[in-house]
Amino acid sequence: MGWVNAIIQGILTGGLYALFACGLSLMFGVMKLVNLAHGDLAVVAAYIGIGVIAVIHIPFLWSVPIVVAIMAALGYVLQRSLFQSAINRGELTTLIVTFGLSIVIENGLLQFFTANSRGIGTGSSLISSSFSIGGLQIAWLDVVIFALAVVVLLSLQYFLSSSKYGRLIRAVADDREAAQLAGADYRHVFGIAAALAFCTVALAGIAYGMTTVVSPTTGTDTILLFAFAAVVIGGLGSLWGTLVGGIVLGVAQQIGAQINISYELLAGYIVFLAVLVIRPQGLTTRRSQS
Amino acid sequence: MSTSANEAPAAQQGTPLLDVRDLIVHHGQLRALSGISLRVFPGEVYAIIGANGAGKSTLLRTIAGLHHPTEGSIVYDGKDVTGMRPEKRATAGIVMVPEGRRLFPSLTLEENLQVGATFARSGPWTIEKVYDLFPWMKERRHQKTSQMSGGEQQSVAIGRALVANPRMLLLDELSLGLAPVIMRRIYGMLPQILSSGVTVLLVEQDVSQALRVATHLQCLLEGHSTLEGRPADVTAAQVEAAYFGSAHPGGQPPGDPPHGGLLAPHAPSEGSEA
Repeated sequence: MGWVNAIIQGILTGGLYALFACGLSLMFGVMKLVNLAHGDLAVVAAYIGIGVIAVIHIPFLWSVPIVVAIMAALGYVLQRSLFQSAINRGELTTLIVTFGLSIVIENGLLQFFTANSRGIGTGSSLISSSFSIGGLQIAWLDVVIFALAVVVLLSLQYFLSSSKYGRLIRAVADDREAAQLAGADYRHVFGIAAALAFCTVALAGIAYGMTTVVSPTTGTDTILLFAFAAVVIGGLGSLWGTLVGGIVLGVAQQIGAQINISYELLAGYIVFLAVLVIRPQGLTTRRSQS
Repeated sequence: MSTSANEAPAAQQGTPLLDVRDLIVHHGQLRALSGISLRVFPGEVYAIIGANGAGKSTLLRTIAGLHHPTEGSIVYDGKDVTGMRPEKRATAGIVMVPEGRRLFPSLTLEENLQVGATFARSGPWTIEKVYDLFPWMKERRHQKTSQMSGGEQQSVAIGRALVANPRMLLLDELSLGLAPVIMRRIYGMLPQILSSGVTVLLVEQDVSQALRVATHLQCLLEGHSTLEGRPADVTAAQVEAAYFGSAHPGGQPPGDPPHGGLLAPHAPSEGSEA
């Protein structure tokens, strides 16, 4: 029964990892930008959520759209300013700039929020309640987050395949000069893609803050690494690949933990490395610089 | 063959739609264009000819806004557009079919056209009209363009430009990589495109093809203009000399022209020698 439980827990955790990963994958796919501050931005979203609830005393669920909107706006602005000027200077510059942003965010958070860990209090029983099925205890929160990940991926896919701006995003990802000749300002389209990615970052940060606690360094310690692993395992540039990658990573971790609790992270990275050896995608060098 | 040159729009008079003056363009240290001027009047088919590396594509890309000139100006419809961004020029009506088609490979045929239509000016061209012009497209509109032949891709690229409703259509090397019969079929669409009120500036390596459709031509050689005029007013020898840079018009040009002469394959009637 322990093994079945491990696999089910792993699959559910995979949903959270897919939330981490899909924004990273989207930004890399569209603007070839490897955002090393991705995890830190998710942590920022979690802190904004904590702050919004604490300051204006609104119910948790109402804070979600506020955080998502703030992060979307931040994504557009960051893309049009910092990221765009980094892209104009070449791929290496984007790595340096986002790495620098990551350091700035971490230290900024340390300054304002101290190194203490915090969680997002939902004020509801959802966060702690669970149900049992066939002798397995499953937390409702995990199921909700998994469902959220699937909904997010479905929405992203629908937006990209069916909307005007989704089509432009794909066109710009293919050939930005040709898109310019068709009258599209690719910088604006990049901004929209970044806003979209930051919406997923916001949801990822909130979901993470609910399942466990965040601290200023969680972004690079955990979220960024798991997001990278999920993207690489699942396949670069594929949205549903991030879910597959997240699930494989989650299951590997839970099985590792089942063998020995200290093998949890190790097992995940062994699978990650195995995938890289069998199907290298060229992300290894970028990842090693993180 | 030169009938089109004798029709009404051939005359270079009135207000030019496009007025390019003394354009100097550098690629890094390399000087790609050295003071090129041209005026394209409404309804014309203005052809830029020249050998590989003459600067033809650079000229067209600069007019489209993809290169920035070191000196000189580009005036379109009475407005100076020299510093305007390419996407703004496209929405103002300067639309280019780029060299090598440059379709969006992960998009379907119809999506390619939809992208072209997203920021379109109002005008006669719609996606349906493009399907009327190229009837085979309708059936295959949900296919990815990467699976299509060169001629089909070129047609899609033209369609993508047309749905933007250009006033000034820039065609960069339509014949590139196409079999002659396909190339002629694509150029055969030109009268229908022109009749919708579009003015065409085209770059073509195939000189006889360019002469057949052009109302005005200019020949470039290593970034300089070597010949300008109406096709009816220039001789084949002049074109050859301008194309290859021979100092002796009529003599053997340096570098062997393919198939025994630049104009030989298609058009014995061209030029005043005929």
